[in-house]
Amino acid sequence: MSFLRLSRLRCLLGGLLLLLLGTVPARAQDDDLLKELEAKVADSTRVRAPDFTQATFKGTHIINSQSIETPGEGTLLFLIQHRFGTLNSGAYNFFGLDQAVLRLSFEYGLTDRLAVGVGRSSQEKTFDGFVKYKALRQSTGAHAMPVSVTLLASSALTTLKFRESERTLKTRMAYTYQALIARKFSPSLSVQLMPTLVHRNFVDTRRDQNDVYALGAAFRQKLTKRLALTADYFYLLPGATATDLRNALGLGVDIETGGHVFQLHFTNAQGMMESLFVPHTTGNFFDGDIYFGFNVSRAFTVKSR
Amino acid sequence: MKHWLLLGLGLLLLLPPARAQGKYSTRAGLIRFFSGTPIEDIEGRSTQAAGMLDLTTGKVAFSVPMKSFVFKRTLMQEHFNENYVESDKYPKATFAGAVVDFQPGQLPGAGPQRVQVEGDLTIHGVKRRVKVPGTLELKDNHLLVTSKFNVAPADYNIEIPALVRDNIAKSMEVTLAFSCDLTPTSQTAVAR
Repeated sequence: MSFLRLSRLRCLLGGLLLLLLGTVPARAQDDDLLKELEAKVADSTRVRAPDFTQATFKGTHIINSQSIETPGEGTLLFLIQHRFGTLNSGAYNFFGLDQAVLRLSFEYGLTDRLAVGVGRSSQEKTFDGFVKYKALRQSTGAHAMPVSVTLLASSALTTLKFRESERTLKTRMAYTYQALIARKFSPSLSVQLMPTLVHRNFVDTRRDQNDVYALGAAFRQKLTKRLALTADYFYLLPGATATDLRNALGLGVDIETGGHVFQLHFTNAQGMMESLFVPHTTGNFFDGDIYFGFNVSRAFTVKSR
Repeated sequence: MKHWLLLGLGLLLLLPPARAQGKYSTRAGLIRFFSGTPIEDIEGRSTQAAGMLDLTTGKVAFSVPMKSFVFKRTLMQEHFNENYVESDKYPKATFAGAVVDFQPGQLPGAGPQRVQVEGDLTIHGVKRRVKVPGTLELKDNHLLVTSKFNVAPADYNIEIPALVRDNIAKSMEVTLAFSCDLTPTSQTAVAR
């Protein structure tokens, strides 16, 4: 008898408990359903795509160097790069503005990760072509990746007429291989490292190196949403080239307007592609051999997504 | 034995009625917003919106990752995330509210049923009370939810610089289309 009463009590308690549990959602705030939803979504993050870091750099170029960025799929980028003469060339040359070296290029995103480009520099009348591939992308969430790595391979062909014996096509070529390793530390700070190899098929003297190794570094610090300070530097690894030439340094600002990015900068290198500035920089930045220059890009959507 | 039976009966009573009640949800809802100006049209589209509707209480919630919006132009997408909604800081837009004057008996049957939903819309970290129209329709065990309303970027502290002010509409049209399935009860959801 007593057993039955006890069980009845237990049953009653159980029922009460269930009732209480049942009534909790009804008394809750509006937010509760959202919380439940968020929990449900978080639960499925394992199958979701990782959250890729965007806009580590504003443009496909930082100053002299290329950045890890590529134009997205179906986007054609027209890039105008310009370097005036040196600031220390005096008032007669209007502090360098009378002179100009130019590189025009087109870059096209075949996919969101793969891009190809062609360019023409007035320096040494050089044509260039490159392939750029985003091998790794910085991401958070599932399978987080701490850095982005973009691989760059470019070749350059000088079409300059040589007065002495005419040079063959082979001797006019130079190649660059670069790994661009970048991390966006915060929405405002991005840093990039660039181990670089420039191979020149032809060099002027026996002493010159055909293979020039350099380690580049670049950074961007945003000041406001649309204004950023940038810098890039290439350290030439010891060798004849490093002894005879200087390391390329650039300091600049990125100004972003609607569809354009204006990059204004001061650099001691006049070349605007790797094989023209890594092993060719002669200017001493701190003696005023500074070229004022800019990069302007315009994006055209060829294939909309 | 008797108390087990009673307990079982109690449990049965607590189970939701077989049809048309309980929570409906989706993780692949469509949210599209459109800004039309004489200069250019801007459209962002996400198919990764998550939504949940409780037909026993009339509560509504949805959430969309800002980075999931896809634009025709890659540059637009970058600007949207970097400059306007600041996706790194505010990764999601959310809504939590309820159907106005909801009565549990009054469930959507054949054909879409017009409702008003009131709640808190949070975009760019700014929470605002809004009341928006929508429709509900129960069809083949799916709950179809649609809604169309306007959102003004200025209301959510989204700054638009003077230079592009003419390119971006003062008020954007937001369209929402969710097809929700009946969600298993939360206990089984937790157990996976």
